[in-house]
Order: sequence, then C-alpha cells, then structure tokens
Amino acid sequence: MNDFEAIPDHGLGWLEASGEHADIVLSTRVRVARNLQGHAFGPRARVNDREAVLREFRAAIERSPGLRDGVLLELPSVGERMRRILHERRLVTRDLLGHDDGEPASGTAVHFSTRDPVSVMVNEEDHLRAQSLVSGLRIQEAWQVVDRLDDELGRELPFAYHHDFGFLTSCPTNVGTGLRASVFMHLPGLVLTKEIGKALRGLGELGLTFRGLYGEGSEVVGQFFQVSNQITLGRTEDDLVDGLERAVRTVIQKELEARHWLTREARGITEDKIWRAYGLLRYARSLSFDELMALLSSVRLGKSLKLLPGLRVYSLNKIMVFTQPAHLEQAAGRDLSPEELDEHRASYVRRVLATEGDVSATDDPSAGDPSSEKP
Amino acid sequence: MSEMICENCGSTDAVVHLTQIVNNQMSTHHLCEKCAAEKGLDSGPAVGDMPLVDVIAQIAEDPAVDTHWGSGQCSFCGLTHDDFRRTGRLGCPHCYESFSAELPRLLRRIHGGAKHVGKVYLPPDPSASELEKRLDGLRRRLERAVQSEDFERAAEIRDQIRALEPA
Ligand SMILES: [Zn+2]
Ligand SMILES: [Zn+2]
Repeated sequence: MNDFEAIPDHGLGWLEASGEHADIVLSTRVRVARNLQGHAFGPRARVNDREAVLREFRAAIERSPGLRDGVLLELPSVGERMRRILHERRLVTRDLLGHDDGEPASGTAVHFSTRDPVSVMVNEEDHLRAQSLVSGLRIQEAWQVVDRLDDELGRELPFAYHHDFGFLTSCPTNVGTGLRASVFMHLPGLVLTKEIGKALRGLGELGLTFRGLYGEGSEVVGQFFQVSNQITLGRTEDDLVDGLERAVRTVIQKELEARHWLTREARGITEDKIWRAYGLLRYARSLSFDELMALLSSVRLGKSLKLLPGLRVYSLNKIMVFTQPAHLEQAAGRDLSPEELDEHRASYVRRVLATEGDVSATDDPSAGDPSSEKP
Repeated sequence: MSEMICENCGSTDAVVHLTQIVNNQMSTHHLCEKCAAEKGLDSGPAVGDMPLVDVIAQIAEDPAVDTHWGSGQCSFCGLTHDDFRRTGRLGCPHCYESFSAELPRLLRRIHGGAKHVGKVYLPPDPSASELEKRLDGLRRRLERAVQSEDFERAAEIRDQIRALEPA
C-alpha cells in the first residue's frame, strides 16, 4: 500500500474552499502528539527505537478496523521530489524530510486514513502526530476526527501517559493534551487599515499565539497569519478548541469590519490595488513566490469584495500550492533553476487565470456572477 | 530591497515591508523585525512565545531554584539537565519521572498550570481503576457538553460512556 496515488484527494482536500468563511480562513489544522512507552523520543531515538515504533504502529493499524484501509508511505522509499510535494501539501513536516538534503531517517512514515481527513506522521519529534487538515473554519470537526483516531490508536498502543502531566511529549510545550489547533487566516483588511496589531495582540492573554507568514526575505508575505493555541496543559481539549474558535470568530468579525471600511472610505485605491495585482498575475512572465503571494493576497481580497466575480477561491488556493518548487518541477518533469522556477510559476498562474474564470471582460462589479462560488 | 532603514528605529535591517491605507492614501512602511513584532506582525513577546530554551535558562538562573537543577540524569535514556537546558527537549517518557521535582515549575511557566485535566488515556487491557478514571473524564466532558447545549457532542460522549460501562 506504499502508493502516492492512493492518498485520498491526493492530500489536497483542504484546498477545496468549502468550509465556513473559506475566503478568510484557508484551512484548519488540529493535531495531537503521542509517544509510545519504552522508547526514547524522536530527537534521542536510535534506529532500533524508530523501527520498533513504526512496527508497533503498523501492527496497530492492521488490527484496527477503521484504519486498516489507509495508505502508509514510508518516507525512505518515497522519491525525493515526491517527499517535497508531501511537504508542500502540508502533509509532512520539514523534520520528516531528512536534514540538509539527506535521506529521511529510517522508520519515518506517514499514514493517511481513507475514512476521515486525518493522517499520522510516524517518528517525527514525537513518535506519532495525528493531524486533520481541512478547508475553511472547521475546528470542532477536525478535533472530533483526531479524537476518534486517537481513541482507536490508544486501544492498540501503549501511549506514554502520566497521571499529572497527561500525554508525554518530547517538548514540554506540547505535554498534557498534546493538542495544537491552528487556523490559517487571510487578514488583508486588518493589515491595510493598521488594525492588525490591536486585533492580534489580545490573543496572547487568551493562551493563543499567532505568526505571520514570512517568505525567504522575511517580508510579510501577503497578509496571511496562523493563529493557534499555545497552551496544551491544564485545560481540557474542548476548552482549547472552543477558546480558539471564539477568538478566531472575533478576528473574522474585525476583518469584515475593516473590509467594509475599505470599500466605504477607500474604494478607489483599494480597487486600483486589486486590479493592478490581477493584471500582474494575469500577464507577468516571471514571478518569485514572495511576489506571487503578495499579489494573490490582493486578488483574494478582490474576490471577497466581489470585484473579481469570475474567480473562485478554490483556484486561488490551488495556485498557492501548485506554484511551489517541487510541484512546478513535477509538472515540468525535471529539475528547474531558480530563474526557470519563476518563469514556470508565472506561466502556471496565467494558465489558471485564463481557464478558470477570466474576469478581464467583467470589470464592472455589478456584473458579478455569484453562482460560481463552489469548485 | 537590501539595506533598507527601519522607519521606526533607524536600524539598517528593515526586512518587513508593509502596505497600509490611511486617509485614503496607500503607503508602504519598512520595519526591522523587532519593530514589526511590536506592531503585531509576528508573535508578541508573551512568555509562551519565548524560545523554550530561554525560559529554561531563566528558571535555571533563578537562585531559588538553581539548587534543584543539579546534575540529575534520566536513568532510562541518559538525558542530563545540561542536555535539556541546551535543547529544550526531554529524552524519553521516563524523563518526566526523573525530573519530576523541577518540571512542574517550568510547566506552570509555560502553560499556566501543571496538572493535566484533558482526555484520560485508556490503555489496551485497562485495569478497573483506569477504566473508572476514563469514565470520570468522559462524564465531566458530558456534563460540560450538556451545559453548553452542544447536544451532538453530548450524544457522542454518551455513546462512549455506554460502550465502557460494565453491562
Ligand atoms: Zn526598527
Ligand atoms: Zn529519559
């Protein structure tokens, strides 16, 4: 069952732009960290620890009726480009790819369930990290899927658990519930109206943290932010998940107010910025990933404000994933130099915009076609 | 874009470029990472966001606790305090026992609490008392779900309780 093609939705279900507020919340991720008794944690694990962990995990899924049908990819036997593609689809962390262009460590693997949108990384920093990555704002749903998987695995595997400290993890910042829920948000309104600092600073007091999406040059790339819980111990999973959801809904509300302000008070320059970005994406011959993200951010705002009616959020999500290096190289069928990557990136974007909702003829927002919302 | 001056503090490493709209004027601001962070563009300086090794170092420097962070070592994986201080990672499940005298202080610092109140793990072939603890945990979750009128969640938890309760 070591088959990349067999991964449900090719691991791209989170792009479908289907959940609630999908234009503002790109995706929701919930993960729990679990470790097995009797083995050193990832960073101190030896080869035989890692191989034993993978053996125990494999035996557990084979015994478990709900997980038996899944797909298990052992990373050392996955080709180099495919490993990077898994990473670019946010299905494995950089840790699992192997360090400094080396081969992945023995025993590293990722398992995809066919029943639910949930996967398990094996031999990461923790022995097991189960994650559900879904489109839009669906924190509760993602948590329930992970919770159920965790119960099933726990029935088969001896987890490292302590009556006071809860589920034991390599890093003390994850101990207790081992739960990290995070929401990937697009907040151009708050950035453009200078409200972002105020809107996000309060999150720290709620035990939440946020991070801007930085590109290579550390520029703020396109006003994307990840909000997640910081605390994992001393609160129940339901409290953590509900707390994040409440905070995210407040941020969404503020973002909508900021967008409303922009269309009311600064319509001219906002529209100009959006259409310029669209024009560059539609016709540019070379795009760096950072530039692309900044332009996509404006176009995404335009789509939300119903200025670019022919576009679908799904197409914009897809562009973000398929313009990463490994995806472009896979499409080209060969390795690409940095200059070639920028050219192939621009060419991919032009093609998507030309074939999936060209808006160039419909620059009057009142001529919008709201029926083309779904992918 | 290289060698840009931070307009907030004047340092020469403005790496964050930010477009904002004020008074119907679009303007681009250039900030160093530190000033950008102060304006809320990256994680703030909350304790929880400090690199863990810094938190550990701070606690270790506190003379009141320094005596506890002695030369202990985990008997199972061999991790020493120095290893932990350097990497911020524990070595194995036994480390939590080996360092159980000093961990609660660190955990309170990171999480605000040091006692797990979440899911109760039910191991394969649970003992009667493990089963009872799990049921207690589920009953607490059920109560909470009912209180917040989350009936879908409540129904699910009720099913789980039923599956575990002795017939
Ligand atoms: Zn500065
Ligand atoms: Zn240890």
